[in-house]
Amino acid sequence: MSTWLSRQTLARKQAVWAWIFLAVPIVYFTAVRFWPAVDAFSLSLSRWNLVGPRHFVGLENYRHLAADPVFWQVLGNTFEYLALGLPISLFLAFVIAYQLDRVRTGQGVLRALYFLPHLTTATAMAWVWRWFYQPAPVGLFNGWLSLFGIAQQPFLRSTAQALPAVLVPAIWAALGFQVVIFLAGLKAIPRSYYEAAEIDGAGSWQILREITLPLLLPSFVFLFITTSIGLLRIFDLVYNITAGGEGGPLNATKPLVLSIYQSAFARMDMGTASAQTVILFVILLAISLLQMRLLRQR
Amino acid sequence: MRRSYRRLLGALLGVSLGAAMVAAMPSPAQAVEIEYWQYTFKQRVDTMDELIKQFQAANPDITVKHVNVPYDNYRTRIAAAIPAGEGPDVTQLFYGWLGDYIHAGLLQPLPTPAFDTAAIDRDFFPFVQGMKVDGKYYALPTAVRSLALFWNRKLFKDAGLDPDKPPATLDELVDFARKTTKRDSAGNLITAGIALDTGGQDIPWIREGLIREFGGTPYSADGKKVAFASPAGTAAVQWYVDLITKEKVSELGFLTDGVTAFRSGKAAMTIDGSFRLGALDGQRGLDYGVAELPSRNGIHSNYASYWVNGITSKAKGEKLAAAAKFLAFVTTPAAMQLWMEKVGELPARVAVAKTDAVANHPKYGPFVRGLSTAVATDFVDESAQRKVMMDMIDRVLLKQTPVAESLAIASTEEQKVLDTRK
Repeated sequence: MSTWLSRQTLARKQAVWAWIFLAVPIVYFTAVRFWPAVDAFSLSLSRWNLVGPRHFVGLENYRHLAADPVFWQVLGNTFEYLALGLPISLFLAFVIAYQLDRVRTGQGVLRALYFLPHLTTATAMAWVWRWFYQPAPVGLFNGWLSLFGIAQQPFLRSTAQALPAVLVPAIWAALGFQVVIFLAGLKAIPRSYYEAAEIDGAGSWQILREITLPLLLPSFVFLFITTSIGLLRIFDLVYNITAGGEGGPLNATKPLVLSIYQSAFARMDMGTASAQTVILFVILLAISLLQMRLLRQR
Repeated sequence: MRRSYRRLLGALLGVSLGAAMVAAMPSPAQAVEIEYWQYTFKQRVDTMDELIKQFQAANPDITVKHVNVPYDNYRTRIAAAIPAGEGPDVTQLFYGWLGDYIHAGLLQPLPTPAFDTAAIDRDFFPFVQGMKVDGKYYALPTAVRSLALFWNRKLFKDAGLDPDKPPATLDELVDFARKTTKRDSAGNLITAGIALDTGGQDIPWIREGLIREFGGTPYSADGKKVAFASPAGTAAVQWYVDLITKEKVSELGFLTDGVTAFRSGKAAMTIDGSFRLGALDGQRGLDYGVAELPSRNGIHSNYASYWVNGITSKAKGEKLAAAAKFLAFVTTPAAMQLWMEKVGELPARVAVAKTDAVANHPKYGPFVRGLSTAVATDFVDESAQRKVMMDMIDRVLLKQTPVAESLAIASTEEQKVLDTRK
């Protein structure tokens, strides 16, 4: 082996070694990531309970899903998480980052405080918020409401309020990361642009609209993609904050990933689980392609 | 260059061939090794280790390799391992999963005459007959579980009730719950008369306990048809829902779940299983008692569930013989006695459960007495069937759907699940 290698040019030797080292992660990812992902497609066309043999059933799993009102509700919930969570969290993160950027003293401490929830595990957070949402006198929020003489709210025990109630800690947890990204984006804008604008007599509103926001677009696009994917894949928070991990009451908070988990690991229905996975994959792919196109337009 | 490659390849081949030959050679002692799987739970693992030690001392030619898998992925691990022929020779399974395994040919019937069908019919609790298919047993439990009423002595005393007298009937339960419920001046629940939790044991209590005590039956005799959408079923569910809406002695989700509410001394009563005893005994300052589930019009009914030991199709020849010997050993009266003392689960043999020491035990006794009227639901999909019932209760509480209508919807939904049975 060494005799063969020694006869090669340095560049080729380097290439050979690079490929040898790369082969390990490539083999690993093919076996552990890509192959199962491809297999999920064929699995979505089968009926399989993990224990018995696999039966090919064509599009039956997809037909079942299409006819299942709960699946449509779950899909609706998933998009509701996205439609509410994305604008609210990006708006809040931008406002906080914009103001933080102007603060001179204690910026580091404030930034750390905003980042802290991002480091907390979703499971612990879900349980703490579950207690916050309890009726008075235990629950924090209902305690506040009763201080002001406002009627008690059912929060997690209401089909209308439960989803927003689950979303609040999700937004709160994501905020830290988003603020840090926005801050970095803001710091990357050259001071000279602002100075030039001020000399030209531009107001702060005009500066924000003409300089800050356009130059911050890459940060926005990046956060748009990561936050969308995060919200479409929401799982651990819902699993831990709802009774019995069911995404209730009456499926009001159940997102697609929780439904996949239940199909696969509670009901051992691998076919339906894979069909839902394929649907989620298509949604994520569509959103990512759309956003990549947005990026390229710049 | 080619030559050096070939040399390397040759060396590798030689080494692996040698290793394969060593592995294939019969070991001189003729020892048989079988593999046993169960989920990780400290007391279960320790007790099984002790049983294995005893078994190996009595059978020096057999070694049992004990594998335990975290509960959360036990079901998937075992489902992946057994069809691949990689897994256990003897394994623990939840009784509700057995149908899938037998249907897929992954379990073999327990060999006769070592496991005599008539003897098992006679010696084990009747619901264990669910493990019998076409007259052959496929698995046997060491231990079984049932439900009981837990009550908080201190809260009973505070409310002026006799702390040593739990409710014996459903009417008494309502009465005692009313007396122990506490609300603040704003009407907020401070102490629940009874902690209710549809994510806990309330669904089996309704399904096999309340519905039967109200004179109904949850399923047809052959288990193929849903039968709870009946006047008796409606009355049973109405009684349960009334605890929240009419009697106002409880709220779903109070202190997040039933166990937490009872454990923290904020609920005077709750319905739970024998497996809860360990956790509650470790709770300082909690003085509680256990009683048989309250009856109605003299009718008692309870729910039983259990984990069974089965022999997989992987075990052949002398491994099969060893596996059968081991399975027989872990279902002896002595093993059951040890299992109850260490794990807190009830003996699966009637004779062991009915000894005075067990039947009169202040905490195990009520569970054991419950076993004689217990039914083990013949599940097709336990998780889906539980969800149907949880939603049925939520529709009544959150959408004000009348109980009879909500039960009718649940009946249609659950029938769909039952119809998927192979």
